[in-house]
Amino acid sequence: MKVKTATLLKHNEFYLFLVIFILGFLLTIFTEDFFSFENLFDVFLSYSFLGIMAMGLMVVLISGGIDISFTATATVSQYLMAVFIIEHGSGWGAAFIIPIFIGVVLGAVNALLVYYLRVHSIIITIATLNIFYGLLIFFTRGKWIYNFPEWFSEGFTLFEVSTADGTTYSLSFAIIALLTVIALTGFLLNHTSIGRQIYAMGGNPDAARRMGFHMLRLHLCVYCYMGVLAAIAGLVQAQMVQTVAPNSIVGRELDVVAAVVLGGASLVGGAGTLLGTILGVTLIAVMENGLTLLGVSAYWHKVIIGLIFIISVSMTAYNRKLKEKQYARIDV
Amino acid sequence: MPELMFEIKRIQRFLGLRTDPANAYLIVILAVLIGAFTLILPGQFFRGANLQSMAFQVPELGVLAIAMMIPLLSGGINLTIIAAANMSGILMAFILTQFIPEGASGGGPVMVIAAALSAGLAVSLLIGLLNGWIIAYVGVSPILATLGTMMLIQGLNVVITKGYVISGFPEPVLFIGNGLIFGVPAPLLIFAACVGLAALILRRTPFGIAIYMMGSNEKATLFSGIDTRKVILKIYALSGLLCGVAAMIMISRFNSAKAGYASSYLLVTILAAVLGGVDPFGGFGKMMGLVLALLILQVVSSGLNLIGISAHLTLTLWGSILIFILFINQVREWFAVRKRH
Repeated sequence: MKVKTATLLKHNEFYLFLVIFILGFLLTIFTEDFFSFENLFDVFLSYSFLGIMAMGLMVVLISGGIDISFTATATVSQYLMAVFIIEHGSGWGAAFIIPIFIGVVLGAVNALLVYYLRVHSIIITIATLNIFYGLLIFFTRGKWIYNFPEWFSEGFTLFEVSTADGTTYSLSFAIIALLTVIALTGFLLNHTSIGRQIYAMGGNPDAARRMGFHMLRLHLCVYCYMGVLAAIAGLVQAQMVQTVAPNSIVGRELDVVAAVVLGGASLVGGAGTLLGTILGVTLIAVMENGLTLLGVSAYWHKVIIGLIFIISVSMTAYNRKLKEKQYARIDV
Repeated sequence: MPELMFEIKRIQRFLGLRTDPANAYLIVILAVLIGAFTLILPGQFFRGANLQSMAFQVPELGVLAIAMMIPLLSGGINLTIIAAANMSGILMAFILTQFIPEGASGGGPVMVIAAALSAGLAVSLLIGLLNGWIIAYVGVSPILATLGTMMLIQGLNVVITKGYVISGFPEPVLFIGNGLIFGVPAPLLIFAACVGLAALILRRTPFGIAIYMMGSNEKATLFSGIDTRKVILKIYALSGLLCGVAAMIMISRFNSAKAGYASSYLLVTILAAVLGGVDPFGGFGKMMGLVLALLILQVVSSGLNLIGISAHLTLTLWGSILIFILFINQVREWFAVRKRH
């Protein structure tokens, strides 16, 4: 396949890839551990649940909205799932169905509010974040959960590989979930009518409405999809760390927003690609990992993510401005 | 004293602080809530100590709510307010604790206090200018720009303090948040000054009119010959500066500064503005509405606190009230549209 350089230079993904590549290169030179299978695998594993949430958020951003209540959805669903499987000792079926059901319900709440109240979704979801999370903390009193049943702790794995020093690597539950979610999101956005309608709705909601798109149904699709992915991310995270702490995911919503926006999804809607989001999450993951390996205090992570975020959105906005200027012709 | 009443009315009218019919239902809600809590909590709610503690609590949230309201009126939003207030407070606290020796008195500390407060106000102004510049001149949407600076500033706050609390301020600083002037809480006077000044700016200056116009139609405002970019810059600078004022009250009341203070206020400031009749899309909303909304929220919060309801449930309640208000607004719009047809 021949790709022209000129079209390559126009793509946000190209620059992201370049930045990640340079960052990776520098980290390989300056740290011993970065470019090792163990490290990269660990990074992949520990950022998988952020990646899953990023996929959902990307769909919301493409539709022209934003959702920051998803961390609360993830926490509520993982908590209720944990309580249920510990008390009733059921199997994986329940461990999947309960969080997904909660994700759909909470997503639908967001969708209905955003659709009917006609206020920017950031205001709605700041409110629902506090409602969901406040209720959870009130009823659970912030108690942590540890004592998962054995089958849940073990998880399930495919393709086990053992290295010489005896550590085993495998396609664990988290990675399977992430890959499945990526594939599913790609299919939804690019190969279904609903996916194309979501792009259209984000690009121009009025035009989409006049085309006869069922806006309520689209809202429900988008926010419920976000809810389900948040719930799955919650499940993955609970399985990975074997603990459910009400405050472990809430507060990370901005990392995910940053990753998705870095990936090129615009808050105005209509834009955003699968590859871009994957690269956005990768950039955040590589950078945080790199900073840790370099011995930079974790306090700095947020500062640097914030800085990269501001630079990235500024560049996007500035380029758009230049382009608009190019086309502007004053006809007198 | 009819002359005095007349003067007050005249000032109110000049500032646009007169209660108009749109605020009537807020007054009714306020009266009903006060009545209800007085009945539920006989002798606890409606008494001096509680009323005074409410008067001390309103200002810090109130000043932040004004900082949120002004960008909202212009059709923007400022998500950085809490982070900016914390950074400003941390800087003030840092200077106050570093440069004042224990037990010092006289002219030295006064200079340090003045320097600390002005440094804090300056940094909050700078954060506001940064936001305004990114939005106006780079062209980033207000949500993304203020989200980015919020992450950055929050991160810096944690880096500077390493998560610790900075505490222990001299007496004059504590007076800002806790003192009484002729029986009126000092922070309440600062809040009143902010309300008056903001109302004056919004009602009586070209800049204020431009804010409302931009909220209704930014392009039309530009074409009517107003430099909208300069207006945006000023909006966020003013919003930032107000965060500095809030920081002053906040660190004085807590006698400390920290990276994570007041993190739940972001929701509450939006709630106060929307409850007070500010259109989330911009263009409409009055200062008096905001003041009434703040009083309502304070009454609810104090009342629930006296009843003994957990703070987390209060958070849920704030979110639910916000949704409910938006719902009511929507229903009223439906009826208005139906009436027209």
